[in-house]
Amino acid sequence: MAERLLEVNDLNVRFATEDGIVRAVEGISFELERGKVLGIVGESGSGKSVTAMTLMGLTRGVNARFEGEVLYKGKDLLKVSDADMQNYRGNELGMIFQDPMTSLNPVYRIGEQIVEAIQAHEKVDKRTARARTVELLRQVGIPNPETRVDSFPHEFSGGMRQRAMTAIALSCNPSILIADEPTTALDVTIQAQIVELINRLKDDFDSAVIFITHDLGVIAEIADEIIVMYAGRVVERGSKRDIFYDPQMPYTWGLLGSIPRLDRPRPERLHTIEGAPPSLINAPEGCKFRPRCPHAFEKCREEPGLENRVETPGHFDRCWLDVEYKRAHRDETTSPGGTVEAA
Amino acid sequence: MVAFLVRRSFGMIIVLLAVSFATYLIFFKIPGGDVAGRIAGKQATPANIADIRQKLGLDQNVFVQWWDMMKQLLTGSLISYYDGTNVVQQIKEGMPETFSLCIGAGIIWLGFGVLVGTISAVTAGGASDRAITALALIGISLPVAWLGLLLRYFFAGEGGAVAWFPDGGYVPLTTNPWQWFYHLLLPWFTLAILFIGFYGRVLRSNILDTINEDFVRTAKAKGLSSRRILVKHTLRASLIPIVTLFGLDFAAVLGGGAIITETVYSIHGVGYYAAQSIHQQDLPPLMGVTLYGAAFIVIFSTLVDVAYAYLDPRIRLT
Amino acid sequence: MATTGQEEFTLDTASELAAEESGSKIEGKSPWALAGRRLRRNYVALAFLAVFILVLLVCLLAPLYSSHVSHLKSDTPNAGGHITVNGQTIPILSKGSSKFNQNGSVELTPGGIPIGPQWGASGGAYFFGADGLGRDVGTRLLYGGRNSLLIGLSSAAITTVLSIVLALLAAYFGGATDWIISRFFDLIWAFPVILLGIALGTALSINGFNHGPIHIAPGSLWIPIGVIAFVFIPYIGRPLRGQILALRNREFVEASTAQGAGPLRIMFSELLPNIASSVLVLFTLIVANAILTEVGLSFLGAGVQPPHPSWGTMIADGQNVLASDPWLSLLPGIMITITVISLNVFGDGLRDALDPRAKVRIEH
Repeated sequence: MAERLLEVNDLNVRFATEDGIVRAVEGISFELERGKVLGIVGESGSGKSVTAMTLMGLTRGVNARFEGEVLYKGKDLLKVSDADMQNYRGNELGMIFQDPMTSLNPVYRIGEQIVEAIQAHEKVDKRTARARTVELLRQVGIPNPETRVDSFPHEFSGGMRQRAMTAIALSCNPSILIADEPTTALDVTIQAQIVELINRLKDDFDSAVIFITHDLGVIAEIADEIIVMYAGRVVERGSKRDIFYDPQMPYTWGLLGSIPRLDRPRPERLHTIEGAPPSLINAPEGCKFRPRCPHAFEKCREEPGLENRVETPGHFDRCWLDVEYKRAHRDETTSPGGTVEAA
Repeated sequence: MVAFLVRRSFGMIIVLLAVSFATYLIFFKIPGGDVAGRIAGKQATPANIADIRQKLGLDQNVFVQWWDMMKQLLTGSLISYYDGTNVVQQIKEGMPETFSLCIGAGIIWLGFGVLVGTISAVTAGGASDRAITALALIGISLPVAWLGLLLRYFFAGEGGAVAWFPDGGYVPLTTNPWQWFYHLLLPWFTLAILFIGFYGRVLRSNILDTINEDFVRTAKAKGLSSRRILVKHTLRASLIPIVTLFGLDFAAVLGGGAIITETVYSIHGVGYYAAQSIHQQDLPPLMGVTLYGAAFIVIFSTLVDVAYAYLDPRIRLT
Repeated sequence: MATTGQEEFTLDTASELAAEESGSKIEGKSPWALAGRRLRRNYVALAFLAVFILVLLVCLLAPLYSSHVSHLKSDTPNAGGHITVNGQTIPILSKGSSKFNQNGSVELTPGGIPIGPQWGASGGAYFFGADGLGRDVGTRLLYGGRNSLLIGLSSAAITTVLSIVLALLAAYFGGATDWIISRFFDLIWAFPVILLGIALGTALSINGFNHGPIHIAPGSLWIPIGVIAFVFIPYIGRPLRGQILALRNREFVEASTAQGAGPLRIMFSELLPNIASSVLVLFTLIVANAILTEVGLSFLGAGVQPPHPSWGTMIADGQNVLASDPWLSLLPGIMITITVISLNVFGDGLRDALDPRAKVRIEH
């Protein structure tokens, strides 16, 4: 059993805004072991980014309130002082952000920005740091790293910038790499490259990865375990097999159904999930997905707990529907054109 | 870079020519009516007026007149209508005073403006931010003329209160450095207050905007110290617009724009000279001073662009 | 409740459920409504707006003050007059005196010093004292305020409208139009602002403006209004032009053109509303700066001409008697500062309402 690096227990994050209290994250729990990839999937506003940033302590502020625990190697990061948190960031926890153009400082060279990351945590001189930087750039697949190390961000293409960001995140050999929608701002072809890169680096650096996206197709490549988030809550959790072959939440079905598939007959229309995500200030009673769920019934007025309702242990969901019923009806949603009997 | 500078120089010359012609038009053509009559004054007889018209060549074509005046200016032989003094010479004499006033004030207002703006932004919402904002608001709301008079009244013995400072006037640096400094303190402060308030607010606003930028978030995610993030990332980005502002404001006052301060404190610099000549409707000095001022603005404009390109590698000089 | 309850379930449709829900939808509000709400909560900004309006009203009521309180006009000299204070008759401008001492030296008390503020001791007249020509400071303060505010507001309005038009034309049409307008901005900009203002102001103040059908008398207030409006054009015009240029390339403009909208429609229905919040904020700042500029110009003699009073001319008038009667210069300055601070604070509040920033602690 690999080392357990992260244990999140019943994390709640609330923000005070002029419109009221936003409950961005409600009761989320998960664990992460070394060498594993956890995928967090959800729409905008589901709380996935807030979760990631909270792990890094980037959501701390005057108007933020936290409850629960974020245990990294046994230490509760929520309680750690701001100064101490700086030691964790970059050093133990590395993060890649969504838009690499705006996430890199335009007035400093790429190499300078990586060297800065290294020197923030390790006592090395400029020369050593620079040499390491060139190596890092090579590892992330940037050609001619010796010259490119002195380029400015605007001289790189989108994919290369994201590779550079990855280099920054990994520069101090963090145990956990958090990637917040790293492919969303990139072309589809580049997306595949970045996913493959992260997969490879995970092994090279022996880190764990938290990969956040709204795209289930991307997650299929890389994740070992998947968490589906909706309205700040975990609504389904399980291994990759569980989620893709035996999804238990109508929301998950919707996500799966909206992926265009080449290996299935073409449907009349791609499935869309009707309605819009709920307000995080005035959330509806009971199951948060109920207003948009075509299968909702009386019991759904009471919020389901996250429980293991299927045979496979470790596969949790928040849905009152009978498992038989779900297995019978979900193909309407997940495979709108009909299924091909796959081997 | 060289090509850029050459192209800019051409542009500058054209602008200066346009400015001087415009100045000429302002005084001679815009008001309409009889120019010679205005210059001759209220008590003139028709003979006086005709005489002036002929002597100053006012009966000639506009362009010819203007060109004559430009020639004289550029060869340093331009003479005032009012008292026959040499314009270029007068400007030269005023320069040390204006420079002393403006350079000192400039250092003060840039330094304090940045300091005040940074503190205010870093403690945003807190007591020191509120205090600084209030003071800055007062600073930008004070009419310079009034501030100057107030300071003279309270601190320079005008009102018999205290005479901590001398009441205006200027002592050359070479004569007595301490007195030079002592006499300039109040004028420096007067000129700087408005700018400190303004720059402080602009910088505060820039910093608060920059703090929300993605690259600052990345800097935090790297685990850099708060100080490093502030100085190397936040300030570095926020100060760039201040550079532009300062370049132009400094150019403006250096070129004789501190007219009110110079007048209130009786500092006989270029601005003071400008004010006098405007009062006397004296066109030649006016031409000289306007061109002098415009030259500063135009040159500093180019300097600012070069600085900007240096500070932000995304900018290409065109 | 251990039973699963499937026996009773019915398939509700999403819309039926949604109809029953309360408070589960995210409601959108227009940016203007949001801004309005934020502004309404900003008591400080609103308070200062009230102060500005108060000053404006009081100055507009100058004629009332003149006829009912001070019983004096703003520009009638009264150098030789007298007033009655507590039963005594005092000259408005002091008479000098000389005293011969026994050792042959002479003590001279200068004359011509106007009386200071009476604070009501002589009825309403000379409440704030008299100026060098014996005129009532209080009345002049209000009339002067009226002039200064009128000039400030009008020139700001004119320059805003002109700048918007020029910026729209330049940014929308581009090409030669843009080149000409930008060079125009550059030319005005290259002039040292104060010099330009003073030059124009003085030149026009001697003979007025006489070209073609337009004849403006030299003492008219339109001259400082026009001068200040002209001088500020590039200060608004250039930033607006930059903003509109950025907007012009956005998709919504393209979409509008594709639907057959003509230039005028695009300029006024698409571009203008998007710069509206900038314009609003800029406008309050320009009014504040226009007032300060008018003060500066009038102080130097290039703005409002005698006998019209303005806060700037009053400060200039008081310079020479600063030591003996500081109130002459002090009072107009206080009025100016209060007015301009109010405008600036309100302008800040407006900017915060339209574009709020974090860092404000919210009660929770």
